[in-house]
Amino acid sequence: MDTSTALYLSMLIPLVAMAGNMVWAKQDNLRDGITFICAVLTFASVLVVLSNIGSGTSQEYKLFEVVSGIDIAFKVEPLGLLFAIVASGLWILTHVYGVGYMRGNNEKHHARFFAYFAIAISAVMGLAFASNMFTLFVFYEILTLSTYPLVAHKGTPEAIKGARTYMGILMSTSIVFLLTGVIWTFTIAGTLDFTKGGILAGNIAPALVPVLLGFYVFGIGKAAIMPFHRWLPAAMVAPTPVSALLHAVAVVKAGVFTMLKIGIYIFGIDFLAETGASEWLMWLAAYTIIAASVVAMTKDNLKARLAYSTISQLAYITLGMALATSMGALGGGMQIAMHAMGKITLFMCAGSIYVAYHKTEVSQMQGLGRIMPITFGAFLIGSLSIIGLPPLGGSWVKFLLMVGAVDAGKQVIIGVLMLSSLLNVAYLLPIVGRGFFRPATDKSLPTKFAEAPLLVWLPPAITATGTIILFFYAGGIQDFLAPIVSN
Amino acid sequence: MAVDETEVLARTLMDHLPALQVVIPLMSAPLIVLAGNRKLAWIIAFIASASAFVISYALLIQVLDGSYISYWMGGWAPPLGIEYRIDALNALVLLLISGIGTIVLPYAYESVKTEIPKSQHTLFCALFMLCLTGLLGMVATGDAFNVFVFLEISSLSTYVLVALGAHKNPRALTAAYDYLIMGTIGATFFVIGLGMLYMATGTLNMADLADRIADQGTNRTIRAGFAFIVVGMGLKVAIYPLHHWLPNAYTFAPSAVSAFLAATATKAAIYVLLRFLFSVYNPAFDFADWTLYIIFIPFSLAAMFVASFVAVFQTNVKRMLAYSSIAQIGYMLLGIAMLNVTGLSASIVHLVNHGVTKAALFMGVGAMVMYSGSAFFNDLNGLGRKMPLTGAALVASGLSLIGVPGTAGFISKWVLVQAAFENGWWLIAIAIMLSSLLAVIYVWRMFEVLYLTAPSEDCTAKDPPLPMLIPMLLLAGASIWLGFDTDLTLGTARVAAEGLLAGSAGMAQ
Repeated sequence: MDTSTALYLSMLIPLVAMAGNMVWAKQDNLRDGITFICAVLTFASVLVVLSNIGSGTSQEYKLFEVVSGIDIAFKVEPLGLLFAIVASGLWILTHVYGVGYMRGNNEKHHARFFAYFAIAISAVMGLAFASNMFTLFVFYEILTLSTYPLVAHKGTPEAIKGARTYMGILMSTSIVFLLTGVIWTFTIAGTLDFTKGGILAGNIAPALVPVLLGFYVFGIGKAAIMPFHRWLPAAMVAPTPVSALLHAVAVVKAGVFTMLKIGIYIFGIDFLAETGASEWLMWLAAYTIIAASVVAMTKDNLKARLAYSTISQLAYITLGMALATSMGALGGGMQIAMHAMGKITLFMCAGSIYVAYHKTEVSQMQGLGRIMPITFGAFLIGSLSIIGLPPLGGSWVKFLLMVGAVDAGKQVIIGVLMLSSLLNVAYLLPIVGRGFFRPATDKSLPTKFAEAPLLVWLPPAITATGTIILFFYAGGIQDFLAPIVSN
Repeated sequence: MAVDETEVLARTLMDHLPALQVVIPLMSAPLIVLAGNRKLAWIIAFIASASAFVISYALLIQVLDGSYISYWMGGWAPPLGIEYRIDALNALVLLLISGIGTIVLPYAYESVKTEIPKSQHTLFCALFMLCLTGLLGMVATGDAFNVFVFLEISSLSTYVLVALGAHKNPRALTAAYDYLIMGTIGATFFVIGLGMLYMATGTLNMADLADRIADQGTNRTIRAGFAFIVVGMGLKVAIYPLHHWLPNAYTFAPSAVSAFLAATATKAAIYVLLRFLFSVYNPAFDFADWTLYIIFIPFSLAAMFVASFVAVFQTNVKRMLAYSSIAQIGYMLLGIAMLNVTGLSASIVHLVNHGVTKAALFMGVGAMVMYSGSAFFNDLNGLGRKMPLTGAALVASGLSLIGVPGTAGFISKWVLVQAAFENGWWLIAIAIMLSSLLAVIYVWRMFEVLYLTAPSEDCTAKDPPLPMLIPMLLLAGASIWLGFDTDLTLGTARVAAEGLLAGSAGMAQ
């Protein structure tokens, strides 16, 4: 199959899944089966793109021109391909998990839920393969809009309030800052195509570069850089599969992916390094890393704690871009895959605990590890990967970022990363500790092995294994991403 | 022989398109009254309106290259005779007006059943066609006094159309009366301005006026005429502090009338304003600094923020949409004030995009009002779920009103902000974005009411009959489509903007 067909298929197949959910809204098994097949096919078509292009860059596939000089167009390059692989691959697992969760938990409106979910995936594919900032922006907004109904899914006043915060922050930052920045870029550069080395050099006064970067950084609300991070905890009112795939992988990664894209292809790493325009961003990212971890420690609600942990981990990627060195950017790119695998595990485990025993607070976790050893084992492995210990995937990211920090001459960042790891230990491991070592306080709990349903505990077990495997294949990912920063 | 004759006839008809554009709807009005039959009335109206639409499209494709068509009414040569002059700018506006008219008619066929007593339906139809005639004539003509004549035709019929809402809510009468007073003041100002121009130049043909003003330069009479014309038309446009008539008129008019007026009436007035600002008066005329920078920019910013802010607090959806219209007119004025090709094309393209979007919104809300009995938020609870297709149309057009990418509204916003950057007005660019956040708030409020509240238990609402549903979905689809395919809208707008900025030359040549 040629690359363009596979590329368009990866965006269209999720829409088929959406249509299937609408048509067979009442037939549960048929509907969920179709979505599963579509998820597999989407992943397969992304793999076809991978086998055709490898770590190279494809030609540009122009869909049509919107305004003269601005097209809806797609192009495959390693960073986007990696993101597409991660998102579509994890969709399969999340769908399986989602079916188990929604049924096990007696949630309502399954068809609507899975339909919007599929639209979000389609938007992620478009975003990952976007060949210019305009196309990316279009899919960025579609992603925001299609996930809004998912956050508001339960329809309770709490869910509506959370969804309003979610929508309000993401929409307003993207309109006021991101769109302004994009149009500004178009006015001065005359193009929005992602070009290696950037499109701004020579078109903008050096003093204005940090300002323009600010428009992008604060405009990309999905990257959850403080002070525009509030939407992420607010989105936790959504059912857990949404939190797992969208708010640990797809949506937030779309944000930091955009951040890397503009750093590498709009500004250009070298241009950022020359002008020093991203130094303020580096400090802001460092601050976000530490501050979000500290807040995470104070959260008793498990999902809220994981949300703040995500904010902190996302800032790693922004930090990687802001360091303006090749190693930093590579580390950032790798974090997309590593953090996705680790964090989705943690969220799925949180959902598993909720489905089985309806526990949401960390202080209620006593003794649960003994009756749910698989869930808590997976949680432990995921935590260790987030903390960044070998032999788990997350460790390489910290390594690369530290190298990048040294390259940039910012040794202090090493201290930030180390402190962050310690804080991660402090807020993640006690959860596992409580589960395994504290005796259960809730007498209604069973005393023997009693896991959540198979469909709910199996996916996190798989992704936890994935974090171990990724440790050994990190070199492959690094080589795969290398072309984005090579000259 | 017969073939030749039809060919000759067709050619002759082609030559007369600019006149037929206005004459066909005009003649249909008395025909409708004579026919007196409800069904027949609608068929005549629809045919007349659809032919006006086809004609305007035929005219548009002839002038897309930046040329113009000059038609001499009755064969009398201008400047003595009345001239119709079609270029890219008015062809596009004609297309919008006749298109919306054609689409609203089937909708009105169903919607007026619940709003107006049956005995008045044919009269409604005739008035509607007169209003359409007036708007088309105002835009097509190249004669300044003729603009006034058609303005009055459209205004007078509009007052009655708004007043017809009184069968549901008597407040429509005061709304129509308000509009009558304000509209008459506006028209009077406009005609006083024309009088001054006539005094100074001795002509009423726009092209001739442009030449003579350019020749003799500026003097007090010409400047005073300018002020009267801008204020008079400003009232019809509903430029921010002159907008008082608009919210009530849109709120209490029958649904179909609201949809039609919101999409066309203010737009035709903006066209006249553009024509006088840029074609009759030369941009080099010393209005540039005063009128545009000191009057248009502050007032358009005020409209964008104040009117949007007021919209956020409305309890009636139709009134909310009306205030949103005032705010959107602010964007169009701002584009004019930028005084560059991109800014003017932003204004022109927004005129079309907003027309399509707002008509779809008013239609959707109108369909809901048919079941709920009122347009208050409380009465629309959960209707989005009960009326899925109507709800979908409202969502699509609501997103376009916000300016979400992939919708018509986004294109307008994109071009407008680009124009601001071209002028280096980055504060204005940010102001545009900030004000569109207010649109997010009021549109989202509507979405939440439609989808996230529970409908009342005895609610029998369902999607309206096809004659209402299809026009609504067509326009909602168009507000998405125009966000991707911008050849027709933005392409034409650019040609028109270049023509306008070329100054009176675009008019006279």
